[in-house]
Amino acid sequence: MNTDIQNNDNKTTETLTYREAMRLAIQESMVADERVFLVGEDVGNYGGCYAVSKGLSEQFGPQRIIDAPLSEAGFVGAGVGAAIGGMRPIVEVMTVNFSLLALDQIVNNAATLRHMSGGQLSIPLVIRMATGAGKQLAAQHSHSFENWYAHVPGIKVLAPATVADARYMLSMALADPDPVVIFEHVMLYNNSEPMPTTDDCADMHKAQVRKTGSQISLITYGGSLGKTLEAAAILEQQGICAEVIDLRCLRPLDTATVFASVNKTKRVLVVDEGWRTGSLAGEICALVAEHCFWSLDAPPKRQCSIEVPIPYPRHLEQAVLPKVEQIVESAMELVTNGQAMS
Amino acid sequence: MIIDNTKPHIDKAHLHQLLKQMLRIRRFEEKCAQLYTQEKIRGFLHLYIGEEAIAVGVMKSLTKDDAVLATFREHGHALARGLEMNKVMAEMYGKVTGSSRGRGGSMHIFDSDLRFYGGNAIVAGALPLAVGLALADKMQNKQNVTVCFFGEGAVAEGEFHESLNLAKLWQLPILFVCENNGYAMGTALEISESEQHIYKKAQSYGLDVRQVNGMNVVDVESVAKHYCDAIRQGAGPCLLECTTYRFRGHSMFDTQLYRSADDVKKWKDKGPIVKLKNWLQANNELSPHELQQIESDVAKEVDSAVAFAEQSAFEDESDLCLGVYTEGKI
Repeated sequence: MNTDIQNNDNKTTETLTYREAMRLAIQESMVADERVFLVGEDVGNYGGCYAVSKGLSEQFGPQRIIDAPLSEAGFVGAGVGAAIGGMRPIVEVMTVNFSLLALDQIVNNAATLRHMSGGQLSIPLVIRMATGAGKQLAAQHSHSFENWYAHVPGIKVLAPATVADARYMLSMALADPDPVVIFEHVMLYNNSEPMPTTDDCADMHKAQVRKTGSQISLITYGGSLGKTLEAAAILEQQGICAEVIDLRCLRPLDTATVFASVNKTKRVLVVDEGWRTGSLAGEICALVAEHCFWSLDAPPKRQCSIEVPIPYPRHLEQAVLPKVEQIVESAMELVTNGQAMS
Repeated sequence: MIIDNTKPHIDKAHLHQLLKQMLRIRRFEEKCAQLYTQEKIRGFLHLYIGEEAIAVGVMKSLTKDDAVLATFREHGHALARGLEMNKVMAEMYGKVTGSSRGRGGSMHIFDSDLRFYGGNAIVAGALPLAVGLALADKMQNKQNVTVCFFGEGAVAEGEFHESLNLAKLWQLPILFVCENNGYAMGTALEISESEQHIYKKAQSYGLDVRQVNGMNVVDVESVAKHYCDAIRQGAGPCLLECTTYRFRGHSMFDTQLYRSADDVKKWKDKGPIVKLKNWLQANNELSPHELQQIESDVAKEVDSAVAFAEQSAFEDESDLCLGVYTEGKI
């Protein structure tokens, strides 16, 4: 963690990694509110599978940084119960693949209890989990199931893609009275960025325009934001001005920001690391078709992962995922075709 | 019925109260079965008839701050916990005056004021919640007990094992109550468990365990009281296995091909209500007049609950999407 004094007005700019930002967010939340605790596999003595909680056990002790046995349904369900019981639990699940063992507790309990009880219960629970491919971890540690969770009414789903969002979205999620699932893409943990000097991060429910543009809307989230921005820079060099939207919140979707962008640019490409069939990208395309049809100059398009379980070898793993060149190519095709049509 | 000195103070009034509580549940559910055939109540209806002694016996040791979790067969637990019969019946009807505004129905009765947290229809799904509620109490230094009822079918689920392990590991104030009625829907314990003594499974996780005749309300009350007292004093989680039997089918759709009418009759003859009634009568502690008075009080309560449910309104369809998130508060 580097802290550089920028000027004499007591304003500092910290440069943090995504991992450090998330750790700082947990740390601050725990200092601010004694109801907050962290539970999960290896969050304590080991320091977290992705080292997010490193050092927190020393600071807060094993009563608040709780190492859980390999019982995903058990400790996620315990998080739901503790939230009902007046605490503000943060439950860490090692990867989205493991979270499937806790799906019963998330979908059948966390998401339903409020409604099923006629609005009597509140479940202020945060569940954090790693997601995505890129570390050659093969077919049981690398998938993107954000869309599965985003399908379920009763929970909220966040995908912080920037270090600033990693820094500030957690406290918003903890302040929310409903269960929030946070997806942390494994390829983001080492990213570093200077932090904004204030905590005026956009509301967690809002999508953000990460680059303004006029000819095509590139819509994405989480681990694909970096690639999409890279593609937008290449497009810029080739004379195509793309707008990049970071969804940030996958449920509820900020459709207003998406529609405003698409109505302006008249073309849309959705970049999503999930498999194409039943993907979030499919949902965005459907929404755009329903609401922006008469603005469109080209059919909505998706850049998703190839539909195979993620393979181990690097070249094959990379072949599955959306690539910068593909995003550039698809965007150029849409812009060119759109021009031909109009 | 043997009453020894370690048991709670038992007098005539107390026994009459236990009998009345069990009869409230029995008559309420008999009425529900009747209303089901009239299509006033729909969906699944799982009756607790035959098992009343367990909810009634255990609930006697709880304070208003203790938490209770139950299964889809929870009408009895809700009534024994103190939910108004009117609200429970209205919930069966799906009316807005129901305990969950009609959103839950028979399987999802809740009352957050009474810390009655359902009504969970995923077998073993409430056990991790109980762990969390007890953890929250412990972290907040509250002296509450969390009681979690479940059937023996839940023991085959991984969540049972995960929860018992977590509860003991974290030394949580939970009383697990296994209502062993011998059948998980239609699957007999003998064909679903390699080890059929459920208490032994709990023992292997280090819990203090006791097996009790779930047809004897006084025995259940006595052991539950012993455990609740111990848990409040920091004993950690305990498990009470109550042997029992359900006299009706699993739900209203059950044709009961998996058991004989003879077996059902044998168990009915030693049912919790008949057992207590016979003992009281044999000891001249229940006159025909007293029994009649109890029955007529209960009948009145059931009749007025039906009238309340009948007269209540259904929730307006325009409120459909409220209550999914806190922003759309009902």
